[in-house]
Amino acid sequence: MSKFHISTTVNGEAVEYLCDPKQTLLDVLRDELNLTGSKEGCSSGDCGACSVTLDGRLVCSCLVLGVEMQGRSVETIENMTSDEKLHPLQQKFLEAAALQCGFCTPGFLVAAKALLEKNPNPTESEARYWLAENLCRCTGYDKIIRAVLETAADMRGSK
Amino acid sequence: MSGFQYEAPATVDAAVGLLAGAKGNARVLAGGTDLLVQLRTGAAKPDLVVDIKRIGELRQISGTAAGGFVIGAAAPGAEIGEHKELAKAWPGVVEGMELIGSTQIQGRATPGGNLCNASPAGDCTPGLVAAGAIAVIAGPNGRREVAVEQVPVSPGKTSLAKGEFVVAIKLPPRAKNSGDAYLRMIPRTEMDIAIVGAAVNLTLDASGTCTQARVSLGAVAPTVLLVDAAAKALIGTKVDDAALAKLAAAASAACKPIDDKRGTIEYRTKVAGVLARRAAIIARDRARSNA
Repeated sequence: MSKFHISTTVNGEAVEYLCDPKQTLLDVLRDELNLTGSKEGCSSGDCGACSVTLDGRLVCSCLVLGVEMQGRSVETIENMTSDEKLHPLQQKFLEAAALQCGFCTPGFLVAAKALLEKNPNPTESEARYWLAENLCRCTGYDKIIRAVLETAADMRGSK
Repeated sequence: MSGFQYEAPATVDAAVGLLAGAKGNARVLAGGTDLLVQLRTGAAKPDLVVDIKRIGELRQISGTAAGGFVIGAAAPGAEIGEHKELAKAWPGVVEGMELIGSTQIQGRATPGGNLCNASPAGDCTPGLVAAGAIAVIAGPNGRREVAVEQVPVSPGKTSLAKGEFVVAIKLPPRAKNSGDAYLRMIPRTEMDIAIVGAAVNLTLDASGTCTQARVSLGAVAPTVLLVDAAAKALIGTKVDDAALAKLAAAASAACKPIDDKRGTIEYRTKVAGVLARRAAIIARDRARSNA
C-alpha cells in the first residue's frame, strides 16, 4: 500500500513525513522523526507512557494513526524545556525523586503539564484521577502526585 | 497491524460512498480508542478505514431550537464533559461518557463509537438509552433515525447495513423536573470495565409524582437493555421506598448476565437492582432540584 505524505506541526515546527496507514503517531514520532521521548509501554492506551497533546488535547499517541495528523498539531515531551531550561515539573520530579527507572516519566510530565494548564490548583483527588492512566511500576505514585501538587503551588506562587 | 487503505473524507456523502463501495471489510474510525486496539491485536482486519473526523458537522455538539442536543459522532468525551448546557440537562449521559477510560482516552473516545463498538458494558450507552436518545444514521439511501437501543444487536455487532454509519446522537428536549443518573460497578476502583451499569431517567410533576421514566442496564445481557418493567415500577409513584424496591426487583429480573471471574451471575443480578435503585434516587433528587 502506498505511503501518505503528511504535513503537520510537531512542537511548533512544520514537519513533513511519509507514513503507512498502519503506523501509529507513536511509531511516526519515534521511528520517522527520531523523537524517542514518548515511550511505548502497552500500545493499547492503558499505560500513558506515550502521552502527547494533539491540538491541545491529552491523548495516547499509540491510539492515533500517523495518517490522521495532516494539518494538525502535536506537542511531545521534547517540547517541555524552553531555552534548555527545565520545566518546573521536570525540576520538581528530580528534586522529589518522582522517578526511578524513568520509562513512565515523559508521559507523566506531559499529562501533568496538561493538567496544570487546565487546572492550576488541582486537589489531590483531581490530580490522581487526571493521572490515573499513567502507570508507574517503581515509585508507588505518592512522590509523583506530591511533585505535581508542589509544582502547582510553586507555579501559582510565582505568578 | 496488517495493512489497510485509509481515507478521511470531508463530507458525510463521501464517507457513505467509500463505505458502500468498499471491497471487503470497512471500519469507521472516530476516536479510535477501540478500533486501534483491535487493529493492534488483529481482532479487526479491515481492508478500508474511513476516518470521519474531517467531517465538520460530526465534531459539533449543538443545542436545538426545541431544547434538545445533537452530539456529532466524532465529538470526544472531553468536549462533552466541558459542555455546560449539556451537562446541566443530561448529567447522567455525561457522567456515563466521562467514566470511559482515562483523561487520555477522553481526549479521543466518542459516544457514537461506544454505541457502535456494541459492547454490552459500554458506559455511555445505558445513559443514552435511558434518555431516549436517537441515533442519526447516514447510508446509501439517505438518513434514518433509530432509537439508540436498536443499534447494538449482540456483542460487537450492530444493526447498521453496509455503507451506513452513525453521524450524530440526538438527545430530546428536557422537560421541567427531570433528572437522570448513571452508576456502574467495577471490580477495581478506577479504569475498569463495568460488570453492571444502571441508568435512570425520570420526570416528576408538580406534586413530585413520576410521570415518565426509562431505565437501562448495561453488562447484564448481550446488549444494553431498556427495562420497561423497571420504569413502570416508578411511573405514578413518588419514587418512594416501595417503588424503589419494585424497581430493584424488576431490574434484577431483567438480567441475563454472563458468569465470569469478574462477576458471577448471582452477583451481577443482585447488583443490577442495587445500582438501579441508587441511580433512581440520584435522578429523582436531580429532578426535584430542576424545578
